[in-house]
Amino acid sequence: MTLVLDSTLESVDIAEERVLSEAAQAGFDEDQQHHIGMSVRECMVNAVVHGNRYNARKKVTVSISRSAGRLEVIIADEGEGFDMSNLPDPLADENLLRHSGRGLLLMQAFMDEFQIRPHQPRGTEVRMVKYLGKNNH
Amino acid sequence: MSVKMTTRQVGDVTVIDVVGRITLGEGASAFRDTIRELAANGKKKLLLNLAEVSYIDSSGIGEMVSGFTTVANQGGAVKLLNLTKRVRDLLQITKLYTVFEVFDDEAAAVRSFS
Repeated sequence: MTLVLDSTLESVDIAEERVLSEAAQAGFDEDQQHHIGMSVRECMVNAVVHGNRYNARKKVTVSISRSAGRLEVIIADEGEGFDMSNLPDPLADENLLRHSGRGLLLMQAFMDEFQIRPHQPRGTEVRMVKYLGKNNH
Repeated sequence: MSVKMTTRQVGDVTVIDVVGRITLGEGASAFRDTIRELAANGKKKLLLNLAEVSYIDSSGIGEMVSGFTTVANQGGAVKLLNLTKRVRDLLQITKLYTVFEVFDDEAAAVRSFS
């Protein structure tokens, strides 16, 4: 399933809801669904707010696929992209009191696979996978 | 449902009972406004009761941290009460357990301010 969504906060809720529906059908338990939903929410917020900057002409594409015991979500924006190596470490003592910068950390903690790469022709693409029966937290 | 916050005084400690979701948008904004308003009114001992908080995202965490620094800069403190397992997990993942004082007992939390 592929969704092409506007760069709005409403799209964040739509994406989370659709992925959670797939996760429930795939048999993920309540805690796992929470982790999946939260990862999708964080990723969507990044795509809408930091990637597309609420630009009405830019879309966020959400691809959801599930097979036996596995759920994969790919979220791509049409923004300018960014270099992960330039991001401050949210766990460094000097950054603990920063207001923002924890979204990627949470996605990595909650999902079993997490990859981030440039999206063609432009933007950023995040791929996240969750496996049934694995508990991260 | 977004977030609903009600305040009550226990001595000189302001207990804030938070119910709902603290996420980017209305929830995080309401949370931020409440903390700022209390701080502006001279309330410097804030205890956030998070027992009924169903969901906090990274924006909500950011607002909690901002509230902490705002009040601390005025010589006060923000402490946390009754964390759900999910919120507790978030604080551990983000290492904010090392920043916030956390309590499971309201009376003990109130006493800790004095």
